[in-house]
Amino acid sequence: MTEIPEDEVTAPWWEATRSRRLTVQRCGRCGLAQLPPRVLCTGCGSTASRLEPVDGQGVVDSYTVIHRAPDPAAEAPYTVARVRLAEGPILLTALVGVAHPRCDLPVTLAWRPLPDGRALPVFTTEE
Amino acid sequence: MSVAIVGAAECDLGHTGLSTQQLLAQAVRRALDDAGLRVCDVDGIATTGHGRFPATQLADQLGLCPSWTDSTAAGGAVFEMYVARAAQAIEAGQCSVAVIAFASNQRSARSRRIGGVYDAATPEAQFEQPYQPLWPLSYYAMTAQRYLHTYRLDRADLARVAVAAREHALRNPAAFRHSAGPLTVDEVLAAPMISSPLGALDCCLVTDGGGAIVLTSLDRARHLAKPPVRVLGYGESVTHAAMATPDDLLSTGAAASGARAFARAAVRPEEIDVIQLYDSFTVSVPLGLEQLGFCPPGTGVHWAGVPVNTTGGGLSYCHPGQLGVLLLVEAVRQLRGEGGPRQVDGAATALVHGTGGIASSHATVILGVR
Repeated sequence: MTEIPEDEVTAPWWEATRSRRLTVQRCGRCGLAQLPPRVLCTGCGSTASRLEPVDGQGVVDSYTVIHRAPDPAAEAPYTVARVRLAEGPILLTALVGVAHPRCDLPVTLAWRPLPDGRALPVFTTEE
Repeated sequence: MSVAIVGAAECDLGHTGLSTQQLLAQAVRRALDDAGLRVCDVDGIATTGHGRFPATQLADQLGLCPSWTDSTAAGGAVFEMYVARAAQAIEAGQCSVAVIAFASNQRSARSRRIGGVYDAATPEAQFEQPYQPLWPLSYYAMTAQRYLHTYRLDRADLARVAVAAREHALRNPAAFRHSAGPLTVDEVLAAPMISSPLGALDCCLVTDGGGAIVLTSLDRARHLAKPPVRVLGYGESVTHAAMATPDDLLSTGAAASGARAFARAAVRPEEIDVIQLYDSFTVSVPLGLEQLGFCPPGTGVHWAGVPVNTTGGGLSYCHPGQLGVLLLVEAVRQLRGEGGPRQVDGAATALVHGTGGIASSHATVILGVR
């Protein structure tokens, strides 16, 4: 996989992953929490959103076990999921170390390090 | 509304060994022949999926200088969107004969990638691609997983959608699986898993193919070769680009798109005689029927109403990457009574519903001959 791109809108979010902090964008005007970081708040259109850390607790909205990887370097099977954070936003992410994934399963944040020092948020169960 | 579809045709389908330009030209020429019109009668072109400027490219190939073009890109639903825009352009006098066309040689060219194509400039390249979902397959897989979980169903319930599609294909000589024989639920369940809960036979085909339809004013249509198929109504809804955006995987844009089309047409779901509904994956059919208002949530897998996808659909007939134009072609044929062994007796009103991307774009067209 080539290096994951970032831009001036998302760089602070990625920077926080270097210290293993998961953040969401919170609008200073309407209070909406959103991911991924955007230029405008999807609730009210304002530019007053700021990143704030989240607890890392979530629930599996849905998941899929992928048996045929698009990239030969990826080792199938692996599990991709939509996880709904306690703060509201949904992330597309991976489940790791979850033997029996299911919808509505509570999960907690873990990290998958990237070669450049950033990290990808993934989720797991405390077993 | 005062616009009608007057021509409809497929290009060669399946594994053709032909170029996209050849298939596109076939589709346009055959649809015009079907209408009794000539290439030089066309002054409106809508197409997508090839080159940077698809409508411009097709106009050049046909030797035309159209007064209206559209190359909106919205995935496989865009052809139903084009019907709306073409009808508006004809009613507004911007053009008089519009051709909507699409073709792909993706099977011959082996150009389909299971992971899809992520543009590095989009947020999805940062927040989605790193997890290596299959695109669009894994989005539909997560939708299917949520669907089965919510309604306490299992994979066999979805498998029956593929079985029904095959039954239609056995009655359609143009279908890729026409000679493959009947399919069983057990065979669908035993096929290799791709992105759970969807296995290989829950997924649409990868074939060459395409088609074209021709639209003109109802006044002009009355003087052409075939009985006019009237555009009664249309609607659309675009909801998301990223897999994480929708709050509820089971509430799709089909609900708003369908409601808008039914309202514009002043038609109710129970008045529809035949349905052409984009079956990218098995789950697309029950969820689509429910969201369009044909049956309550969670009951689409038990649908026993009017026929759906009489060609065999994307699952067993043809899937050239964007199926939407072929849904329109089949609806026209059914309404004209040209369906042969798969004809729905007395079909007078048809609903066509396209989806594009990862259920990102939805567009509905209601057609009729009364």
